[in-house]
Amino acid sequence: MKPAELRNLGIGAVLVALAAIFPLVNDGYWLSIATTAMMYIALSTSWSLFSGPTHLIALSTAAFFGIGGYLVGTGMSDYDTSFWSMAILAPLVATAVALLIGLATLRLSGVYFVIFTLGLAEMIRNLVSWVQNNFLGSRGLYVLTDFTEAHIYWMLLGVSVVVFLFGWWINRSRLGFALKIIGNDEEVARHVGINTAWSKVILFMSTGFFAALIGAIVAPRYSYIEPNVVFSPQLSFLVVIMALLGGTHRLWGPLVGVIPFTLAWEAISVSFPNSTTLFLGLSFLIIVYVLPDGFTGLLEKFTRRAAK
Amino acid sequence: MTIGIKRRALLAGASALTLTAMTSAAFAADPIKFGVVAHLTGPLAGGEAVTHTPNIELWAAQVNARGGLKVDGGMRPVEVITYDDKTDPSEHIKAVQRLATQDKVDFMFSPYGTGFNIAAAPIYAKYDFPLVAVSAITDQQEELSKRFPNMFFTLGTTTGFVEGALDALTTLREAGSIGNTVAMVNVADAFGIELADKARPMFKEAGFEIVYDKSYPLGTPDLSPVVKGAKAAEPDAFVAWSYPPDTFALTEQAIIEDLQVNAFYTAVATAFPAFSGKFGSKIEGNLGAGGINPDTPAMQDYRAAHLEITGGEADYWASATYYASLQILEQAIEGVGTIDREATVAYIADNSFDTVIGEVSFDEQNNSMRFWSVGQWIDGVFHAVADTGMGDSVAPVAKDGWN
Repeated sequence: MKPAELRNLGIGAVLVALAAIFPLVNDGYWLSIATTAMMYIALSTSWSLFSGPTHLIALSTAAFFGIGGYLVGTGMSDYDTSFWSMAILAPLVATAVALLIGLATLRLSGVYFVIFTLGLAEMIRNLVSWVQNNFLGSRGLYVLTDFTEAHIYWMLLGVSVVVFLFGWWINRSRLGFALKIIGNDEEVARHVGINTAWSKVILFMSTGFFAALIGAIVAPRYSYIEPNVVFSPQLSFLVVIMALLGGTHRLWGPLVGVIPFTLAWEAISVSFPNSTTLFLGLSFLIIVYVLPDGFTGLLEKFTRRAAK
Repeated sequence: MTIGIKRRALLAGASALTLTAMTSAAFAADPIKFGVVAHLTGPLAGGEAVTHTPNIELWAAQVNARGGLKVDGGMRPVEVITYDDKTDPSEHIKAVQRLATQDKVDFMFSPYGTGFNIAAAPIYAKYDFPLVAVSAITDQQEELSKRFPNMFFTLGTTTGFVEGALDALTTLREAGSIGNTVAMVNVADAFGIELADKARPMFKEAGFEIVYDKSYPLGTPDLSPVVKGAKAAEPDAFVAWSYPPDTFALTEQAIIEDLQVNAFYTAVATAFPAFSGKFGSKIEGNLGAGGINPDTPAMQDYRAAHLEITGGEADYWASATYYASLQILEQAIEGVGTIDREATVAYIADNSFDTVIGEVSFDEQNNSMRFWSVGQWIDGVFHAVADTGMGDSVAPVAKDGWN
C-alpha cells in the first residue's frame, strides 16, 4: 500500500470511530438526524459505485429499499421469522431481482435505462402487493423489535463501512477499471474486449444488495411498513441528488453531499416547511449549472489552482 | 399553498387567542406547549386535513376562550406547534424528536395513520408522552400496549371493523332486505389486504356466499372493470375494503353502471362530508366505515362549533373521536393538576372520561372498547348502524337504487 492510501485509511478509521461514539454524546434529536444521514450516506455511496463510473442515472433505489422493508415486514409479521434471517434473505432476493432487471435493461443505452428504473419501484410495489393479496395474505406488516435508534444507527454505520471498503476494492480491481472505460466510451470498451453488459450488471446487483439491506435495517425504525412509503419515489430522487451534490467520481464524494444536504433540509423543514420541494429543485439546478462535479469537483479545482 | 396559508393563519389565530386570553386573565402564566407532527403534504395530507387539523384548531380555540387549562392552581393558555413530515416516517421521527427535545413541548397529539402512530410510539414512550391514538386501527393492542404502556387506542380494532360490516349485512338479511350473495373487492395494499383476508372466513362462517372476489392495485384510476365484474355476478350486497380515492371511484362507477344491490358498503372516506357533497341524494342508503350518533347534545354542540370555528363540517367518523382524544388529554392534565406527563399517563389509564363520543375508559390493553364501526347515509347524515360497545346504533335499511 502506498503511504497516501495508508493515510486515507487512517483518516477513515478515525472518522468511523468518531461516528461510532456519536450516540453516546446525543441520543435524541441529533441522533435522529444522524441516523437519517447515515442511511443516505450508505445509499448514496453504493448508488454512485454503479452510477458514478457508468454515468447511468438509476432511479431504482426505492425499488430495492422497498424489497428490504417489505420482506422484513412480511416475514416477521406473517411468518414469525426473526429479523436477522429476513435481513439476510432480503438483500439476496434484491440481488436476484437486480440481476434479472440488469440483464433485461443494461444492454439498453442511457436514457431508456433511466426511464425504466423510474417505473421500477412502482412496478415492484404492485407486484409484491399482488402476490401478497392473492397468495400470502396479511395481518399487517408490523416490525416490532427491541432495537433503539442507536442500534439502528450503528448497523447503518457498519453497512456504510462495508460499502466504502467494497468501493475501495472495486476501484483497485479490473472490474472498476473496466467500468471507467465503459463510462468514457462503451464502444471502445467493447473493442478492447470488455464484457460491458456483465460488468454493469454485477455493479447494479451490488447497489440492489445494499439498498435492500439498508431497507431491512430501517424497517424496525418505521415499526409498521406501508408499501407506498418504503417504495416512495422521493427516496430515489433524494439519493441521486445527494450523491451528485457531493460528486460521484470520488468514493467519499456522496458523503460530503449527504451531510450538508441533510442539515439544510432540516433547517428548511423547520423554518419553511412548505418550501422543501423548491429546495430540491434548486439543488438540482445548482448541480447542473454550478457544480457538475459536485463539491469534490469544486474542491479539487481549488486545490489544483492553489498548487499552480 | 393553501396549506401554508392555513397553517400560518392557524398559528396567528392561536397567538391572537393567546393574547386575548392573556389580557382578560391579567397576567396569565406561560402557555402550555402542545406539539403535533402532521402530514401537511404527501399522500396522507387529505385525511389529515379533514380529520385532525381542524379539531386541533377548534380545541385550542375553545380552551383558550375559556382562559386555558387549570394547572398549578391557575389557568394557563395552550399553544400548538405544528411540523410537516411530508408523510415520510423518517421525517416524522425527526420532527417528533425535535418537538420533544428542542421545542420541549409539554404534550403531543397523536399522528394520522397506523404506521405513523407506531413509528412515533417509541419516542413518546421514551419521554413519557401520553399517546392517545385515534387513526390507528390494529389488532396488535396486546403487544403494542405491552411495549408502549403510554399508548392508548380509541378507534377500534381490525376485527371490529370487519365485524361491524358483517353485523350490518346480517341485520339486513334477517330483515329480508338482502339474500346471501356478496361481491367483495379490496384495494391491494396493506390495510385493504388485511381486511379482505379477515373478512373471507368470517363472511363464510356467517352463511354469506362470496360470488365475486377481486382486488385492484392502489391508485388504479379506472375501476369500471371491477364494478362491471361485480354486476355480472348479480350479488345481493357489495362490499369494498377501499381507501379514499377508490371509495369515490367505485361509488361513481356503481352509479354509472346502475349496480342494483340493496347493500353497498365502501370503507375509508365514506364518512367524509365531501362524499355526500359529491354524490348528493344518489348515495342515500350507502353503508361505510365509521358513523356517529348525531342525536346526542354533546355531538350536536361539537358539530356546530366545528362548523363555526373551522369553517368546515366535521367528518362522520374519526373527527369526533379525535376531538375526544384531545378532551381525554385535557381532562387528564387538569385531573393531575400539574404538568407531569408520567402522572398524566397513569391518570388516563385509571380514569374514565366524559367526551363528545360519550364515556371513554381503557382496558388492561389500553384499548377503548367503545366505537362505531359502520354508518349509513340517511337524509344527508351518516348514522351509525353497527358498533362495538356503544349500543346506540340504529338499524340499517335497504338501499333503494341510485337516485
